[in-house]
Amino acid sequence: MSVSTQNLPPQFEVVDQPFDTQMTISMGPQHPSTHGVLRLELVLDGEMIVKCTPDIGYLHTGMEKLFEYKKYQQGIVITDRMDYLNPLGNNLCYVMAVEKLLGLEIPERAQVIRVLMCELQRIASHMVWLGTHALDIGAMTVFFYAFREREKILNLIEAASGGRLTPSYFRIGGLMMDLPAGFERRTQQFIDKFPKALDEFETLLSGNRIFQTRTQGVGIITAEDAIDMGVSGPCLRGSGVGVDVRRTNPYTGYETYDFEIPIETSCDVWARYIVRMRELRESLKIVRQALSRLKPGPVKADAPKVVLPDREAMKTHMDALIHHFLIVAEGFNVPAGEVYHPIEGSKGELGCYVKSDGGPKPARVHFRGPSFVNLSALPHMAEGEMVADVVAIIGSLDIVLGEIDR
Amino acid sequence: MSKDIDREQTIAEQAASVPVRDQAGAQLISSLRLSHADAVAEVIQAFGEITIIVPREHIVELCRYLKTTANFEFNLLADICGADRGPEEDPRFEVNYHLFSTTRFHRLRLKVLVSEEDSHVPTVTEVWRTANWHERETFDMFGVVFDGHPNLRRILLPDDWQGHALRKDFPLRGYEPYSLT
Repeated sequence: MSVSTQNLPPQFEVVDQPFDTQMTISMGPQHPSTHGVLRLELVLDGEMIVKCTPDIGYLHTGMEKLFEYKKYQQGIVITDRMDYLNPLGNNLCYVMAVEKLLGLEIPERAQVIRVLMCELQRIASHMVWLGTHALDIGAMTVFFYAFREREKILNLIEAASGGRLTPSYFRIGGLMMDLPAGFERRTQQFIDKFPKALDEFETLLSGNRIFQTRTQGVGIITAEDAIDMGVSGPCLRGSGVGVDVRRTNPYTGYETYDFEIPIETSCDVWARYIVRMRELRESLKIVRQALSRLKPGPVKADAPKVVLPDREAMKTHMDALIHHFLIVAEGFNVPAGEVYHPIEGSKGELGCYVKSDGGPKPARVHFRGPSFVNLSALPHMAEGEMVADVVAIIGSLDIVLGEIDR
Repeated sequence: MSKDIDREQTIAEQAASVPVRDQAGAQLISSLRLSHADAVAEVIQAFGEITIIVPREHIVELCRYLKTTANFEFNLLADICGADRGPEEDPRFEVNYHLFSTTRFHRLRLKVLVSEEDSHVPTVTEVWRTANWHERETFDMFGVVFDGHPNLRRILLPDDWQGHALRKDFPLRGYEPYSLT
């Protein structure tokens, strides 16, 4: 070393380091490939990861606390902001948990629309996963194509609910309102064209040697470990465990739809990629079936003390006006008790625990975020891999920090 | 080819298990009451869900039994979440364990009640590794201490945070504006 160290303060002192020492680096929270504000503390031996410690909480906004201060119907808008790539899934999870406490019967049409919208949302969420995952690995074109497709779904969601990222479309007892005119035609147009786009993605990635080399054999988690670490969703199915809440604990009539649960057994990043790509086609199948089942009918449950009345009824019926006033001003009482309602979100098992003390505000709301649990398995997958593989593994987990930190 | 067979089998198993799942609950619980009389303090059935209240000294033993015994096979811990009943209640805190079986697809909730003065629960990280982060979150939010936990630190809030944010007596906006510097 020819650097003069005489007048330097101690922290700049040049230490003669042998090459075999370990180095600790902090990846994130502003790293573009950590999908938000995730910080990883990586202990490296050369390029090999010896230890990986996720540090989360940068996006913690105290949502579970906030629920306790809001009426049940006001909680729906908070759920939108949790997993912001799958807001309709969050809406459904929360709304169904409250409906379970209330014992509401949801009309057929509302159930079909819920399935339809949730599957569209799943496709949109998987598009963001696909785009960013490919971008992390170095395939830039896919990102633009995937976001183009997502945009079409966001337009559909906007047409139905008025919001693109925060729809709050599902309400306790049904939907905010019925689908707008022409929605079915536009959705049909989308699902007719979408398989072609999927083929495009597969041409760009599945046969791509670089993509294969970056993903195959990387980030392995065996079925046994995956179950032990609570991993769910496409990550669990990529390890060969065919568990999907839509099949194991069906809700909103999923048991009547014909679809498959894709399973891969190679347990690596590649397997999780293949599972999601096949899942997209299955979602499309469900959307198609749901469209064919749309029959005219009510979209709100017959529960005047819980569901807001129609605008027209409010202007002509005294009791409708009173109910509207009471629901908005005081809320509605929910029977005391506790429920845990799991649904299959786009990232895995999304569970909502709601505890009621009989009043108009919940005593406790807790979300079991699939990203939170899947991320806790990251050290297991990343340790022993190269530092460049961490971005591939994070991409394959499909985490959303809004849901992890809540 | 083998993958296709696997998938068919899984679907067939799932179809076969649906009627079993609905009636199994009550039967399994009564057998559990016989084999672990002191671990099952109370059974609550409401809203189609089964909750077992477990004295905290039996929680690890019961979890291990439920995970490894045939017919139960609760091999996946879906969630652990705490709840605060309010400062005037005793026992004040609840810890809820939501179990799931990836082979039988049934679910079960275990509940441990602890008082404020002695808010200690044995950890179940030895049974399911996924409990690690869930227990850290519960500790962070409610101050329930999980004895034997390998790394019981705060997880969502900063390490120097004062108090436990999801307790009922913690004000919504905190005690003072929190500064990162």
